Amino acid sequence: MKLDYTAEQDAFRQEVRSWLEANVPAEKLASFDTAEGFEQHRAWERTLASGNYGMVTWPTDYGGRGLDLIQWLIFEEEYHRAGAPGRVNQNGIFLLGPTMMEYGTPEQKARFLSAMAAGDEVWAQAWSEPQAGSDLAAVRATAVRDGDDYVLTGHKIWSSRAVFADWAFGLFRTEAGSERHKGLSLILFPLDLPGVRVGPIPQIDGEAGFAEIFLDGARVPVANRLGDEGQGWHVCMATAGFERGLMLRSPARFQAAAAHLVELAKQHDERIDGTVSAAVIQAAMDADAYALSIYSTASRLIAGGKIGAEASCNKIFWSELDVRLNRTALSILGAQAELLRDAPDAADDIGHWLDAYLFSLAGPIYAGTNEIQRNIIAERVLGLPR
Amino acid sequence: MDFTFSEEQMMVVGVVRELLADRCTPADLRRLMNSGDARDADRWTAIREMGLTGLLVPEAAGGLGLAETDLVQVAEACGYAALPEPLVEHAGVAAPLLAAFDGARVGEWQPKVAAAEASIAVGHPANPFVADADSADVLLLVDGGALHLVEKKDVTMVRQPSIDPFRRLFRVAWTPAAATLIADADAAKPHLDKALERGALFAAAQGLGLAQRSVDLAADYARERQQFGKPIGSYQAVKHLLATVQVAIEFARPVVHAAAAQIGAGDLHARARVSHAKLAALGAAEQAARTGIQVHGAMGYSWEVDVHFFLKRSLALAGAWGDEIFHRQRVADRIFGAPLGPDQTFARGEAA
Ligand SMILES: Cc1cc2nc3c(=O)[nH]c(=O)nc-3n(C[C@H](O)[C@H](O)[C@H](O)COP(=O)(O)OP(=O)(O)OC[C@H]3O[C@@H](n4cnc5c(N)ncnc54)[C@H](O)[C@@H]3O)c2cc1C
Repeated sequence: MKLDYTAEQDAFRQEVRSWLEANVPAEKLASFDTAEGFEQHRAWERTLASGNYGMVTWPTDYGGRGLDLIQWLIFEEEYHRAGAPGRVNQNGIFLLGPTMMEYGTPEQKARFLSAMAAGDEVWAQAWSEPQAGSDLAAVRATAVRDGDDYVLTGHKIWSSRAVFADWAFGLFRTEAGSERHKGLSLILFPLDLPGVRVGPIPQIDGEAGFAEIFLDGARVPVANRLGDEGQGWHVCMATAGFERGLMLRSPARFQAAAAHLVELAKQHDERIDGTVSAAVIQAAMDADAYALSIYSTASRLIAGGKIGAEASCNKIFWSELDVRLNRTALSILGAQAELLRDAPDAADDIGHWLDAYLFSLAGPIYAGTNEIQRNIIAERVLGLPR
Repeated sequence: MDFTFSEEQMMVVGVVRELLADRCTPADLRRLMNSGDARDADRWTAIREMGLTGLLVPEAAGGLGLAETDLVQVAEACGYAALPEPLVEHAGVAAPLLAAFDGARVGEWQPKVAAAEASIAVGHPANPFVADADSADVLLLVDGGALHLVEKKDVTMVRQPSIDPFRRLFRVAWTPAAATLIADADAAKPHLDKALERGALFAAAQGLGLAQRSVDLAADYARERQQFGKPIGSYQAVKHLLATVQVAIEFARPVVHAAAAQIGAGDLHARARVSHAKLAALGAAEQAARTGIQVHGAMGYSWEVDVHFFLKRSLALAGAWGDEIFHRQRVADRIFGAPLGPDQTFARGEAA
């Protein structure tokens, strides 16, 4: 065990830092849940790709740099330290990409991965349905084989950024009459295909952050299936592992937020009491603990280890720390906390905390609710009966 | 950057776990408790024969010259067994503290302590009482910051019963003398400071073990115990209680391990990490023990069932080597006093 960066890792950090200092937009981009903001974020993804920073862990053939997970963590640290824009293509680069690396055919990798890393194709995840939320195995949407095509029919919902995204990866029933986890396949489809209709759904803040997707006889080639036919559940669980485990919410995000919280607490020093102060300290400790845990997991993976059901512990920990952290900021802001970003008398970044708090409330829901994660821990880690 | 333990470290802890699983069962604990003896002599011999007592003592002083990362998982294993004998404090704190000094008196005892042929207790200013003073041959005691090595025959002691039946705390009275002095206050301070860091780190490590044991005992019970015709572990309310504790353990463990790797830096960051480790691990230990009691129902509130041993040890260790208030303040010193942010996880400062 040696918790020091190598000279090479330090040099990489410096390189990333300089590049970000030169390239991160000075003005905060509009929310990527708006048409304008989405295109601004796509442009930023292209800038990132021009610096070869789209997805540093990917092989060079697919627009990456072939770096390891420790270097990925360093990249993320610098990224969040610089306050760089959110990743509009996070479902592509963090979820579908790694899954495709594992299950994709050489043709699929060549066709999709570089465009994904470059932000040319932004991806949405189309798994949930009105009747299949936590109980994802209840999906009903079908993909019926017709010659060299699948014909897609069904109703997907809660698909983040699908309003403006280009492609979606969806879970479909490919075997007629199949039930539960059997007979499912993961299929990639363009969102502008005839027979696909996307209906925006405003989120808690009023922006169209997710969408429902109506599929009515949309045709895609069989080659758009990721993984074997009938293996969709298996493939999705690999994706969910990335989602909960390591990639989706890197620790740097929470460490940056904790550092901002500490700054906020310092600015309001004169009115903070012991309870709030303890909450600030706890938030900083929790962000730190999450970072150490991910470093430990990354080291283990590099040494050839695997990530298992403990990914569920990660998901619970980061989502709950995020709620507490942001709520603490609201306590510090007191009567100012309710002000929206554009309130004329709101001080600089007050509204930012309210946005962050609202968004944190989704954390215990998406990527599998925390109740479901607790079921998984109890059953698979602690061996309790179903 | 490497956050993994070596094969050798894993092997050593494997051996310790096996020995304790065999020799330190709850039945063994009860036998010792009922006997009123300070230690189980056979078990202590078996532990000494593993050769770990001088692990942190430099090779030149007859030890193994290893580091805290070599001992941290051993301390976890001791917590898991609620081991009554003071392997952790002996190997983790007392033996290396004594080995930091020279002189004829130190030379007389030091090799025996490194090999645990002699027992030693430490009266550190961080702790109000001296643990295991009654079974010590010599004691390291502090007077006005100066460190003395005092033989047991030269002290008097009064037992202070602890909630933990295996914890033997004493108020020790003695008369400082030139003959007992081994280091003046200036010379002693850095080593006493280091002893505090180690005491806190290894208490935290034991906390991880205690926590996991409480969860494991409760999970075992929840698989067996039936109510309403089903194992209680099939009920979500029970599952979620235990899963919540498991999350707390998973996010205390890497902090404890990082603290072990960084303790040598002796700076603001290392101190804060040790303190964070102690808060998180003993917090998890107590939460786990309370949850364990809840999952056992009235059984959990009974003397018969073993969960209370783990609650009591966690309560005892929560206050030892710096209490929560002390450690939270040290974390605050780092958080408010040095740059914070995503690039600061492994920051270094100047050693105090
Ligand atoms: C911001 C946001 C973004 C999202 N983005 C996407 C996306 O891009 N693509 C996509 O496919 N989906 C997305 N989702 C959907 C998300 O995956 C689902 O919301 C989630 O799986 C829960 O399903 P549900 O909403 O139908 O809730 P339900 O499953 O109906 O659950 C409702 C409540 O019941 C509890 N519950 C349900 N079953 C159990 C059980 N067995 N044990 C204990 N408690 C249970 C849940 O924990 C929850 O508290 C997103 C959701 C949000 C909030």
